[in-house]
Amino acid sequence: MSLLTIALKSIRQRWVPSFLTGLSVALGISLMIAVMILNGVVTNIFQQSGSGYDLVVGAKGSDLQLVLSTIYHIDNPIENLPWRFYKELSELPYVKQAIPVNIGDTTEVGNFPIVGTTPRYFLVDYIPGKSFLIKGDGLRGTWDAVIGSQVARRNGWKIGSQFKMVHSGQADHVHDELFTVRGILAPTGTPNDRTVFVHIDGFFALAGHDKPIEEAIAREAKFYGESEEQIREFYKKDLEEIARHQHEEAEDHAHHHHHHALSDLQKEVTSVLIVMKGDEGYQVAGNTLFLQTKLKDGFQAQGANTVQVMSRLLTNLVGNVRLAFLYLTSLIIAVSGIGIFVSIYNSMSDRKKEIAVMRALGARRQTVLSIIMLESMLLCVLGGLGGILLGHGLVFIASPIIEARSGLLIDPVAFDPLELIVIPGLIVMAMLIGLIPGLTAYRTDVAESLQG
Amino acid sequence: MSLELLQVRKSYREPGGGLLPVLEIDAFSIPQGEQAVLLGQSGGGKTTLLNVISGITTPDAGQVIIDGVDVTRLIEPARDRFRAERIGFVFQTFHLLPAFTALENVLLGMSFAGRADRTYARQLLERVGLGKRLSHRPSQLSVGEQQRVSVARALANRPRLMLADEPTASVDLANQTNLLTLIRETCREHHVSLLLVTHSPEVSSQFERVENLQEFNRAGMHR
Repeated sequence: MSLLTIALKSIRQRWVPSFLTGLSVALGISLMIAVMILNGVVTNIFQQSGSGYDLVVGAKGSDLQLVLSTIYHIDNPIENLPWRFYKELSELPYVKQAIPVNIGDTTEVGNFPIVGTTPRYFLVDYIPGKSFLIKGDGLRGTWDAVIGSQVARRNGWKIGSQFKMVHSGQADHVHDELFTVRGILAPTGTPNDRTVFVHIDGFFALAGHDKPIEEAIAREAKFYGESEEQIREFYKKDLEEIARHQHEEAEDHAHHHHHHALSDLQKEVTSVLIVMKGDEGYQVAGNTLFLQTKLKDGFQAQGANTVQVMSRLLTNLVGNVRLAFLYLTSLIIAVSGIGIFVSIYNSMSDRKKEIAVMRALGARRQTVLSIIMLESMLLCVLGGLGGILLGHGLVFIASPIIEARSGLLIDPVAFDPLELIVIPGLIVMAMLIGLIPGLTAYRTDVAESLQG
Repeated sequence: MSLELLQVRKSYREPGGGLLPVLEIDAFSIPQGEQAVLLGQSGGGKTTLLNVISGITTPDAGQVIIDGVDVTRLIEPARDRFRAERIGFVFQTFHLLPAFTALENVLLGMSFAGRADRTYARQLLERVGLGKRLSHRPSQLSVGEQQRVSVARALANRPRLMLADEPTASVDLANQTNLLTLIRETCREHHVSLLLVTHSPEVSSQFERVENLQEFNRAGMHR
């Protein structure tokens, strides 16, 4: 009969406390596994989303707010930039792609964020090496929309579905115009999955999305640090065209005043996604830094590097939360370890005679020490294995639910390399836990215990 | 000679600091295969003597020679091994391990000697009349059956000497004779010397060789 069998029998003999202590280890470990996997997923999302762009350019302010609002749609946009500025950016010799993005509105059904952009949005990899897959068409016409996979699933929208949007921050202001779903994105595991993309022309054509002329002139003058006259001069042709339109409208009331081509003066963008030119990584990095510095020095715009901003957030905030979670789960495991210690240690007084009998039958001191240590290890390792299974089970069951509710794509069979140290770690813990009761067994006075 | 005690001394320290002599035996022996009973009152040093013989307790002085080996000269691990291999123990309260079946209790003793033999363990249990109780736990066995398991366990490693400490004390009168007969017969069958300690004259009356501990333990005489 091996020592392992003896230890197992002994555990079975006291199965209630053994089961409970093993269970506490299992729960602690399962929590740790779930936290590790979810943490890995969140870290990936924070590190990868928007990593396909070299810079996000927006109004000056918090770069975090810029990234969160543009890439994650979880913060309010700072302020808008003049369309003229976007055009200037796109014409810079070192810029490969400049994609305008307008945010702030949401869908009437499901409250999903709406991004007004150009069809080029879908031509740029959202994560380096990963390009969008669209079922159906892209954004072709003014009133076309492409929706993320989550939006399609949760709103039950298909190609051909029509929807209205709610004007930013005004729950009761629903735009009359209808957009039609022309394409559905394959899941990306990024915030794109819960976003509705509409053609930027349609976005501008919505009532209230064209800035009043005087306001636009004042705003642009301030942005470029020029006089209003200079701005008027710059947009001379546009202003004449607008004046002509207004005259026609005054004469013909039936004419719908929204659906004419908007002047660039009245257009704005919330942010611009920039992909730099450069064959080598260092060229891209150099160009990125150049533009970022140039923006910092002048105008009223800033360029935020998504990856940098998010790693800063990850380190400062999410990193701490992750650390807190890991501390918490470690604490839970330590508490279960103490539980095992108490359980084994308490059993020692009941087992003195048992140990003395084994010794009288010829078991050596080391043998009884080993039996107790093995018991501790079995409880910890079996509990740990149970915990790993339970943890993965939790992730397996929870991943579709989390995906449905938050859009976070979680691999149900995700594995964190850190898990590899769980069992060796538990063995070390078990050895520490088993040592004191084991030594009690080691020191048992056989003659006295047989009498007792 | 199976067992030989020479000039064995053992004292315990009293709470006041003085020494309480428990064993002062100049000479005692049992030839191989002989069965002897040691009669003594409670507190007379019977259990201490068995512990000294089995190497559980070391004497302050003297020699304990079993099967030609002076147990007192062995280091502890060697003593443990020697005990596992050459000495069988039957305790007053059986001391079966509750987590193990009858068969496993017998196998357990074998494991510590490094030679678990399931067939032999089964044969021993069949010999003591428990062939159909192999997988019963102690709590599922009667007192008499439990003591029989402990007899089988004591014989498991083919010992040279069996020590029995009041083996009938927990058994009712009807079972006493049966149990004694079983112990004596199995020892005879396996050529094992037997030293049985008891305070019961009824038990001792069944043996040819009866020694009174107080007569050869001078420590007992002082008290």
